[in-house]
Amino acid sequence: MKEILLNPQLWSATLAMATPLALPALGGTFSERSGVVNIAMEGIMLIAAFFAVLFAHLTGSAWLGLLGAVIVGMIVAVIFAWAAVTLTADQVILGMAINIFASGFTAYLLNTIFGFSGTPTDTPMLPNIDIPIIKNIPFVGQILSGNSVIVYLMIILIFASDYFLFHTNLGLRIRAVGENPEAAETAGINVIKLRYLGVALSGLFSAIGGAYLSIGLLNSFSTDMSSGRGYIALAAMIFGKWTPFGSFGAALLFGFATALSMQLQNSALSKNIIMMLPYILTVLALVGVGGKSVSPAADGVPYTPKK
Amino acid sequence: MSALLEVKNITKIFPKVRANDGVNLTVEEGEIHAILGENGAGKSTLMNIIYGLYKPDSGELKLSGETLNLSGPHEAIEKGIGMVHQHFMLIPVLTVAENIVLGAEPGGIPYNKKKANELIREISKNYHLEIDPDAKVKDLSVGLQQRVEILKAFYRHAKLLILDEPTAMLTPQETEELFGIMRRLKEQGISIIFISHKLDEVKEISDKVTVMRRGKTVGTLNTKDTNEQELANLMVGREVVLRVEKSEYKPGDVVLSVKDLTVLDEQNIEKVKNVSFEIRSGEIFGLAGIDGNGQTELIEALMGLRQIKSGIIKYQNSDIEKLPTRERYKLGISYIPQDRQQEGLIMKFSVADNLILKEYKDIRYSKNGVIQYKKVFENASKKVEEYDIRPTDYTLLAGNLSGGNQQKIILAREVGSNPKLLIAVQPTRGMDVGAIEYIHKKLLELRDGGSAILLVSLELEEIMSLSDRIGVIHNGVIMDILDGKSATREKIGLLMAGSQIDAKEVEV
Repeated sequence: MKEILLNPQLWSATLAMATPLALPALGGTFSERSGVVNIAMEGIMLIAAFFAVLFAHLTGSAWLGLLGAVIVGMIVAVIFAWAAVTLTADQVILGMAINIFASGFTAYLLNTIFGFSGTPTDTPMLPNIDIPIIKNIPFVGQILSGNSVIVYLMIILIFASDYFLFHTNLGLRIRAVGENPEAAETAGINVIKLRYLGVALSGLFSAIGGAYLSIGLLNSFSTDMSSGRGYIALAAMIFGKWTPFGSFGAALLFGFATALSMQLQNSALSKNIIMMLPYILTVLALVGVGGKSVSPAADGVPYTPKK
Repeated sequence: MSALLEVKNITKIFPKVRANDGVNLTVEEGEIHAILGENGAGKSTLMNIIYGLYKPDSGELKLSGETLNLSGPHEAIEKGIGMVHQHFMLIPVLTVAENIVLGAEPGGIPYNKKKANELIREISKNYHLEIDPDAKVKDLSVGLQQRVEILKAFYRHAKLLILDEPTAMLTPQETEELFGIMRRLKEQGISIIFISHKLDEVKEISDKVTVMRRGKTVGTLNTKDTNEQELANLMVGREVVLRVEKSEYKPGDVVLSVKDLTVLDEQNIEKVKNVSFEIRSGEIFGLAGIDGNGQTELIEALMGLRQIKSGIIKYQNSDIEKLPTRERYKLGISYIPQDRQQEGLIMKFSVADNLILKEYKDIRYSKNGVIQYKKVFENASKKVEEYDIRPTDYTLLAGNLSGGNQQKIILAREVGSNPKLLIAVQPTRGMDVGAIEYIHKKLLELRDGGSAILLVSLELEEIMSLSDRIGVIHNGVIMDILDGKSATREKIGLLMAGSQIDAKEVEV
């Protein structure tokens, strides 16, 4: 066990596995802080993962793949926002519908466009980045350097999100809208617009997370490859009390469980038991172990302006 | 003085109702102008129009002679109109400063906390409204939260302040304090529209009063030239009896006896602490207190809707604290819940069905598990007539009736079963003078017929005019039980605020 914990691979894998959870968790934080429960992040990740590969393959550039994924992800998010915010549809059922749609839609596109052989093996990948000086430090360098560019992007986004949400006027307004939209409206704030913004941001972050799965960690797409990460991200967000740093911390914890299960594949301890860990943690997070999480007061409640 | 706000011939039609029908109102600079009317008279609609939340269908709004065409509250705010809603528009988890500046924050992109706090300190000094900008709103008392709302208006340079039923949630002392604030603001040249249905308050604080009835303004009077009776008559449209006529107090045997009752809330916090009291037949026992001081938990425990932690509830000499709610009903306990739409009725059921919600299993209404609709309708037509429920069509859904008539359905069901004990929680909440008069009459009839009544109300007037004895609850403790005849407003108010020592001094 000791050698496993001292293996830098375990820790860099933790970071790698935490990234596709932390990104949608950040996105969910924005969406729910504005008052919209967005469980469609799972589906948005999956769709983005597919389009990342598609655009990367077509253009020959992984960066354009990422851009395409983000655009498609945000389009899906805006459609979700239109139904959830403007038409005040039930957010959970709507999200579920998008997720099921995404699963079928991407499987269909995969078969139609790429056939049975799957996505092409020459699809470009997003680069890994070496950080000077740090990369030469033993142990730490192996963990912190040489990760995918998305990992570093995520870390920047966490700090940026925290600043945005808790230290800017717009962040204050977003939080106000998620707590009491009526109060926000009487203070002259456009509730609908800010909820669209919250959902669009969740689409943006989820799409980056999805692209990371298909062209950051790998360079291929397979059906249902998001495998519930959008949901685990929701749990990480709740575990993290709807804050960027909290979400990141929870994502690291869940990422660690996944990384550990990969490291233990050859040991006597069953891999399946370790694989269950993140999900057990999710249940514990949801029932309130580790401090009761209090959601934004108007989270999930559609708002109809007066006329 | 010159006119600050002029409302001319405003009409607003909602599907089915003319909420405002040719409304006229003139508010002078530096005056406190009361708008008096029953619920549904159109006061709130008018205010929402002035505040830009609703667009009028016709008519004209003028502020300082300039015609207003408001597209939303932000424009009303810009023009200097501020409004304190009855239900505060505050965000409990944010600080006082964040709540006040929200939507009009100082500075550019980053939130400038220092500047915001500075601005708020300045305004609170100018208007003598002390507040800590860094306090979380959820930690403030209702009175202070209201102060935050008023500051919100002045942060936006309000010249006209609309106060929508501002005293509804306040203790008598807090109300006095608010009136003091209002008088000072008036001296500083601020105009205030004071919306209320409480005659005594209107009489005390306003310079002028405009009475509304059924969407129309029926008259504007100088407050000092009128009296409460005249205002009440104008408001209702007929002669009303303001004083409750009560027969002599003749208490009988003890019906309900509560001893050392302790009840927890969902967070396992003691909300009712060692409470003991008795209610006798032929008696109305009033429970006074500010909302949220354990009344809900106490009542739910009495009705078997909430488990108790310890203590004894005795009803006619037998312990009932373990009995389920249905058994308690069967023993002759009736319950008028606080929230008639959530707990008292099923809005999507017909009036007839709602009338038998408790008794549908009874052999009178069901045979072998099948409801006998002939009997149900017979009952309904009898009750509809007896309790004057309108419209009289009992197949209508309860949700389609007005609030007052919904309450009459509950009254018919709960009082109509001739209970030995009636627990009535805010039975007249949100009702107009006419309906209140009716409900009070029914409660007194029940009392005179030998029932015991536990009346829980936030309206001190109601408690004082109906109760034979008054218990005052504060923070889960019954502070004192007073004689209904000799209790004073001030004393109850102090007990409600939790100050027993001061209350004793008042007595001396």
